[in-house]
Amino acid sequence: MRASHKFKVYEFADEAMSDAPSVSRDEVRADICRRLDPFRTDARPITGATVITKDLNIDSLAVMDMVMELEDTYDISIPLNVVAEIHTVDELTDTVLKIRGER
Amino acid sequence: MGLFDRHAQLLDFYRGVQASGADPIGVTMERVLSPTEAIINGKRTLLVGTNNYFGLTFDPACIEAAVEATKAEGTGTTGSRILNGSYTDHTDLERELADFYGMKHCMVFTTGYQANLGLISTLVGEGDYLIIDADSHASIYDACKQTQATIIRFKHNDPASLEARLRRLDKEKGNKLVVVEGIYSMLGDTAPLKEFVAVTKRHGAYIMVDEAHSLGALGEHGRGLVEEVGVLDEVDFVVGTFSKTLGAIGGFAVSNHDGFDVLRLATRAYMFTASLPPSIVASVRAALRVVRARPELKTKLWANVATLYDGLAAAGFTLGPQHGPVVAVQLPDLPTAIALWRALLDEGVYVNIAGLQATPGGVPLMRCSLSAAHSKAQLEQVVDTFVRLGTSFGLLKPLKRAAVG
Repeated sequence: MRASHKFKVYEFADEAMSDAPSVSRDEVRADICRRLDPFRTDARPITGATVITKDLNIDSLAVMDMVMELEDTYDISIPLNVVAEIHTVDELTDTVLKIRGER
Repeated sequence: MGLFDRHAQLLDFYRGVQASGADPIGVTMERVLSPTEAIINGKRTLLVGTNNYFGLTFDPACIEAAVEATKAEGTGTTGSRILNGSYTDHTDLERELADFYGMKHCMVFTTGYQANLGLISTLVGEGDYLIIDADSHASIYDACKQTQATIIRFKHNDPASLEARLRRLDKEKGNKLVVVEGIYSMLGDTAPLKEFVAVTKRHGAYIMVDEAHSLGALGEHGRGLVEEVGVLDEVDFVVGTFSKTLGAIGGFAVSNHDGFDVLRLATRAYMFTASLPPSIVASVRAALRVVRARPELKTKLWANVATLYDGLAAAGFTLGPQHGPVVAVQLPDLPTAIALWRALLDEGVYVNIAGLQATPGGVPLMRCSLSAAHSKAQLEQVVDTFVRLGTSFGLLKPLKRAAVG
């Protein structure tokens, strides 16, 4: 689930695609919250309802960079066009799960 | 909410910059003296941030060509090429550029920004995929907003990251266009283009290379990174600008693909804007002849790059990853960058401050760009000024004894 994981996926492409372990909604949400933690503006923890670009001190570039990491972790494509429509952590979580399910 | 309120935060931010005593966007060159000097704030100032890589803005042949063309054909075309028609000079320039790259087709645009905006957004549409480097220029990002294609970003200069993304799209039927740049405009780093081309071909995608900052600077004949790494005949599109090495303004795209010319009927950024004026077309044609005839300018440019880059590196500044016509000094935070920028200008050195807009990794930069027209003495003065100010700002990292300058 960390950065090194993407190389594993990259090297064993086909196997990784078919054998990808399933992840739960809670796991994906926790992963996203962890990635967003450095951008908190106060002591309040990040939750599913956190509005990413409003409640956090994060610019659109950093959001796009995080999305790139999520793409590699979950071996999915998350188009920028889709990112533009996402507001909350839960929406991003559901997007990851939805795209993973379609794969 | 008023019309301008959505930009209130931006205005507050910039007022904060101004309050700190610097106005980077408000710089006026009261008089430009040469490719390397101007009067700014009443003071003779060294220009080290104007992308004037070959110093051709004052080339006698280019100036003469522009003057003659103005006298012969007038100051402007007053319309677009699809309505007002092309001047012979436009089509001659397109033929010469196609010939320069050894490609069949060329389209000339009124700016480099429009070349990227128009071409990229027209080449791909609904159902297609546009795969771009994360550090792409604003013109490439803006093209993304003008197309219905699906946009995917890969890690800057990382062929494995590109390959992972193309692999995930292998089953998709749409066309895939990969867009990269020869030299990146902020850090001056070069793309691993040979690897990018190989990955792109392996996955049946198209590749476009923006050589805005590498035309003239790279390749035996100055054709850019595509020539430098020997992939000119493998890339699908090369785009570039006339506003840097060629010393004027305008953009172009070349390609070997049959059918390329249909873009003249479909590219709105080409169709619905006035074409380049005769003076510009003439000076660009003259500049292209200079690039071909005087390879020593490239040699001089890179010698100047070495003087500045190595001088700053030896002093302990943190720079971009490699020599390039752009040399970027990385700074710890924006207030420091603003203060240093202002101090440099007060000392008669004009560079760009990058950080008011996005920079790679959000790191503020003093962005310097070199010119073949710089003298070694001028650049040594720039290094001295940087070192003096860098010392007083506490910016120089201690060098290890073993480190070589």
